[in-house]
Amino acid sequence: MIGPASNYLLAVEGLTVSFDGFKAVDDLSFYVGRDELRAIIGPNGAGKTTVLDLISGRTQPSSGSIVFNGEELRNMREHEIVRKGIGRKFQTPSVYESLTVFENLEMSYPAGRTAFGAWAFKRTRAVVDKVHEVAEAVYLVDRLDDRAELLSHGEKQWLEIGMLLIQSPALMMLDEPVAGMSAPERERTAELLKRICQTAAVVVVEHDMEFVKRIAHRVMVMHQGKWLAEGSMEHVQNDPRVIDVYLGH
Amino acid sequence: MSVTTTAEGRIPATQQPDGGMRFMQTVRDRRGTLLFILTAILLLVVFPVAMSNFRLNLVGKYLTYAFVSVGLVICWGYGGILSLGQGVFFGLGGYCMAMFLKLEASDPISTKIQSTPGIPDFMDWNQITALPMFWRPFKSLLFSLGAIPLLPGLVALVVGSAMFKRRVGGVYFAIITQAVASILSILIIGQQGYTGGVNGITDLRTLHGWDIRSDSAKRLLYYLNAVLLLGSVYLGQRMLGSKLGRLLVALRDKEERVRFSGYDVANLKTFAFVFAAVMAAIGGAMFTLQVGFMSPSFVGIVPSIEMVIGVAVGGRISLLGAIYGTLLVNFAKTYFSERFPELWLYLIGALFIGVVMVFPNGLAGLRSVTGVSLRDGWRRLVRAVRGATGASARAAAAQGGAGATVEVSTGGMAMVSVGQLEGGPPDDDAAEARRAEGGSR
Repeated sequence: MIGPASNYLLAVEGLTVSFDGFKAVDDLSFYVGRDELRAIIGPNGAGKTTVLDLISGRTQPSSGSIVFNGEELRNMREHEIVRKGIGRKFQTPSVYESLTVFENLEMSYPAGRTAFGAWAFKRTRAVVDKVHEVAEAVYLVDRLDDRAELLSHGEKQWLEIGMLLIQSPALMMLDEPVAGMSAPERERTAELLKRICQTAAVVVVEHDMEFVKRIAHRVMVMHQGKWLAEGSMEHVQNDPRVIDVYLGH
Repeated sequence: MSVTTTAEGRIPATQQPDGGMRFMQTVRDRRGTLLFILTAILLLVVFPVAMSNFRLNLVGKYLTYAFVSVGLVICWGYGGILSLGQGVFFGLGGYCMAMFLKLEASDPISTKIQSTPGIPDFMDWNQITALPMFWRPFKSLLFSLGAIPLLPGLVALVVGSAMFKRRVGGVYFAIITQAVASILSILIIGQQGYTGGVNGITDLRTLHGWDIRSDSAKRLLYYLNAVLLLGSVYLGQRMLGSKLGRLLVALRDKEERVRFSGYDVANLKTFAFVFAAVMAAIGGAMFTLQVGFMSPSFVGIVPSIEMVIGVAVGGRISLLGAIYGTLLVNFAKTYFSERFPELWLYLIGALFIGVVMVFPNGLAGLRSVTGVSLRDGWRRLVRAVRGATGASARAAAAQGGAGATVEVSTGGMAMVSVGQLEGGPPDDDAAEARRAEGGSR
């Protein structure tokens, strides 16, 4: 691929989606480098989650392009985008409640993804080791045998991050990863994300300003489907337009 | 990432790789195996010995519906895909078999009084003078046997992928399958000359020269049916025990997460639906062989729903439970319709509502209920034994320690982890009981 987009892991240009004439995301462009930790903040209804939906293929854009690793993602189906290396965590933790933590991670291990493949799937030493490695990373190694429904809200968030991690994605998109977490849990999540972004790019949608300040290299503020400000947390926090949007009138 | 590998010793047995010693898995298998063997004995020994030919043939007929149930457990119970049109596949399988048998019964000699000898009688009655194209391949037994799973499988593949790729699911999918069932039965009834119409395809006599109406043939077909059914259950158990089984559960509970873990959800659902269709088709073919005819009354909406009721009564996540549920519902149907011809439909409805209200997991749910009470009883017994033998038992337990360990590592296994399985307290009780038992001996 020729052009500036090739320097970035993810290049989003002119992204627009309208629902019945309402532009939820309006001509949005941004670029994410490899190993970058980027945060998207903004008031409710700004369109943050919609941006993640568009990148992950859950919603089809009306126009614009999404180029990942030099490949256009528009018109790809969700599972194809996942297989290209984009992991996505949902706003409310989405884990398989009736399965154990181990099984949750094993289910996300990138092998045996077709019906027959899953039937023939063998729990090899490599799978077990990888599950343990990831469980260790997301602080759940002692809970491997517990059913996921027994986990606390914060632990479910970690489990879902672990389920992305086991696929070794190049880009992880996390929708409110610290929602419902206690202060110490937030602390550990921040550490976890810092470790993750050594090997993958991370895009975080978050409400918690303190948390964002702690982790993000770069912050983008979204308002009514458009960028309002972009830069370091200090920079955007002092931007009068951002203050205006957040404190409101 | 700074990740350390876990010490070997901390890996619980359940997380061992395949081929290694997977403790709970083994025990769960053992328990399942025991129930499987009991069912096999019931079907292959008890029923044939205890029942007259007439009753046994009736059971054989019910057991053909159990194929549908096995498929529904996988598709609906695990995958969460409710099909109210399994009669379509049961019927297609049955018709494939019936077409072969009918052609064999319609040789030119036995049909010489017809205006066109050599074609099925109902065609002759409908002024058809030549065998239709789509009937011709069914002169071959091999083709017919191949068509029994493949044709319904293909229909399921087309319907399933068309629906699932468009994300049609839940109640809408159920309604569409119902519509398909309705369409097929209307088509069969309407095209009397080609299908035998509302009467179906009747007067079937021989399979490759072997008279299927004799008592000995009916007995043999019953066994064949039972063995095929047990084989299907085994296949289903293998499938549900693999990652595919867990994947189906995941699909039922969190479809979106499965999709965003890189799985093609539409393909997985289509697979489950096709699997269920093929099961139903085998049941349909066995039905035709044992009952001696096939008609649209096994294709439409009502029979399709009755098949689902059997599964709901038996327990939608238990393959064996679904077999018992199907047997129970059909026994009840026969019994009620003989005794209370006016009321039987209401009674079947009441049975369905009753079972589902009292045991939401069907008859298979009973197992865990009795499991709990059995365990409580066992614990009470243990306490009594401990109290009676008192200190002497405890002293003896110290001596019998070595013996007890050996026992735990062999026969004790099942005991210990049944408790674990059901989320009960740890196995102290069982282990102590064992020690006490060893001591009092």
